[in-house]
Amino acid sequence: MKLFSRFMPSSGMRQVPKSVTIHAVLLAYTVIALFPIIVVVINSFKERRAIFRDPLGLPDSSSFTLVGFEQVLLRSDFGLYSWNSLVVTILAVGLVLLLGAMAAWALTEYKFKGNLLITFLFAMGIMIPIRLGTVSILSLMVNLNLVNTLTALVLVYIAQGLPLAVYILSEFVRTIPKELTEAARCDSVSEYKIFFCVILPLLKPAMATVAVFTMIPIWNDLWFPLILAPGEETRTITLGVQQFVGQYVTDWNSVLSALTLAIVPVLILYTIFSRQLIRGLTSGAVK
Amino acid sequence: MASVKLNNIKKRFGDVDVLHGIDLDIKDGEFVVLIGESGCGKSTLLRLLSGLEDITEGDLYIDEERVNGRSPAKRGIAMVFQSYALYPHMNVFKNMAFGLKISGKDKAFVNNKVMEAAKKLKIDHLLERLPRELSGGQRQRVAIGRAIVRDPKVFLFDEPLSNLDASLRVQTRVELGKLHQELKATVVYVTHDQVEAMTLGDKIVVMNKGRVEQVGAPLDLYHHPKTQFVAAFIGSPKMNFLTAKISQPDPENTQLVLESGRVVQACVDTSSLNKGDLVQIGIRPEHIALECEHNTVEGTVTLIEHLGELSYLYIEIGQEGEMVLKVDGDNQHQAGDKITFGIQPNRLYLFDHQGKALTRVNAHTSAAIPL
Repeated sequence: MKLFSRFMPSSGMRQVPKSVTIHAVLLAYTVIALFPIIVVVINSFKERRAIFRDPLGLPDSSSFTLVGFEQVLLRSDFGLYSWNSLVVTILAVGLVLLLGAMAAWALTEYKFKGNLLITFLFAMGIMIPIRLGTVSILSLMVNLNLVNTLTALVLVYIAQGLPLAVYILSEFVRTIPKELTEAARCDSVSEYKIFFCVILPLLKPAMATVAVFTMIPIWNDLWFPLILAPGEETRTITLGVQQFVGQYVTDWNSVLSALTLAIVPVLILYTIFSRQLIRGLTSGAVK
Repeated sequence: MASVKLNNIKKRFGDVDVLHGIDLDIKDGEFVVLIGESGCGKSTLLRLLSGLEDITEGDLYIDEERVNGRSPAKRGIAMVFQSYALYPHMNVFKNMAFGLKISGKDKAFVNNKVMEAAKKLKIDHLLERLPRELSGGQRQRVAIGRAIVRDPKVFLFDEPLSNLDASLRVQTRVELGKLHQELKATVVYVTHDQVEAMTLGDKIVVMNKGRVEQVGAPLDLYHHPKTQFVAAFIGSPKMNFLTAKISQPDPENTQLVLESGRVVQACVDTSSLNKGDLVQIGIRPEHIALECEHNTVEGTVTLIEHLGELSYLYIEIGQEGEMVLKVDGDNQHQAGDKITFGIQPNRLYLFDHQGKALTRVNAHTSAAIPL
């Protein structure tokens, strides 16, 4: 009951039915969201036959096997793929955050010619999926000699993530009181220092939100690695997994094991950012 | 510390003229208060002084140097904002030290400066706290401390007390006054509170619709307002105004007739006006006396506000409308009472139809209630 009451709104017992409904809905959503992940994880520990016989059953002593993990870890370049994914994701997210915050700050704080046009272009960027430009991106990368490099992926992902980042961060920049920057200007702080020492720290919670939004699609992307960086050296994890998916035979143990392992790093990153996110929310609540 | 000189300063936002040519001389060490209704341009003027806003036309000199177009930092000003504008992610010490650190001063110097200012403002025990852990009054001190550590030539205050509750406002006001005496700094202070203006200012600048209405010492403005606007603005409760017709223009002793036919004598020079001209009579609530035999008027009390040491009587006087009287707090009148009151002729103010004050002769300038 004590545990239960912790989740209750403070206004007392009348709220119970409402609270139960809300939690039921949230719980249902959680189950739906977690179901495929759980299926992947439990099946990665089962024998191939057991996977097809009883996809939802937990591994028991007869069906338990680590053959998939062995296959992935020992007989493929799983380490390299993960490293590639990690490098691409971290670089892209980091640059999206930095450039996004700078652009958001510039577009909201400074009045200059073309301000509205640039804002409009960023808004267009949110609406138009970047994959529509795949062909021209590919030919551009070929011309730049960037095919089969991680740089190509990082650049594309920055372009993909930036519009939404600018949009979200602009909204947050607008909530920062103008007096703060003016006080800093009176304190003879340069515009760069104002951005890095005053604005950026205040944007942390917003940036955590943006980081989460930006990170997941990049980590999970198969499209651009397949097109821009399919080489053995530059494969990301999602692309790496594909080698176990054959036209006639699919090594399900390996696929599921690789996917299970692929969840781990992104989970860690998410935890880091979401902590920052929650901390930001609570610190902002008290004015 | 420095003097400040404004020479025909104008400000335009797009097509809107906000300031129409402001001339002002601020002496070294002077405490100047800009006062006016909201939207009169006083905050804009302060922002022009600070350099946060560009001057459209005119010259601004700080310490004899023209500073138009210079950044706030290079003007040697420090500003205290109404919302304090403390950096929320820095503790009190860092807030105060930020500007100095950025400008590359060495650590010991910064520490010294901050400690000195913190002691002066009695916030030295709060240095580790974050702004959100401070009360309004403490935040206000930190904001002032942040200004002090920079040793600015001019302090600019933008309604610094209006976010504080009433008792704290009075206390902080007194402290600000003491601080000014201690620092001997040049201060420009914006407020809409006339009590703050009267108590703090060496010089008050009354602004109206982007123009300077009058500049003067507090008592100067109180006793010799140049316009009806200033007369109405300074003093609380507001000056009473009655419309009257001149029946006998005179350089010393003018005779006027109220709408109801009552005759009033005023020691005001009206030789420039003609018989029959309409004027506004200004009467301060504190100058009306119940036992006065001059210029007597009868009326009915409609409302009494008790403030303890004194009371405000709101009195209906027929055609002319309503007047406010400031009377002794022990006064026993009640709503509905009929009373007679009067005012000495040398206590009256007259304003012509343009709102310009007419010269008072033998003006009574002592603030004591006459008998």
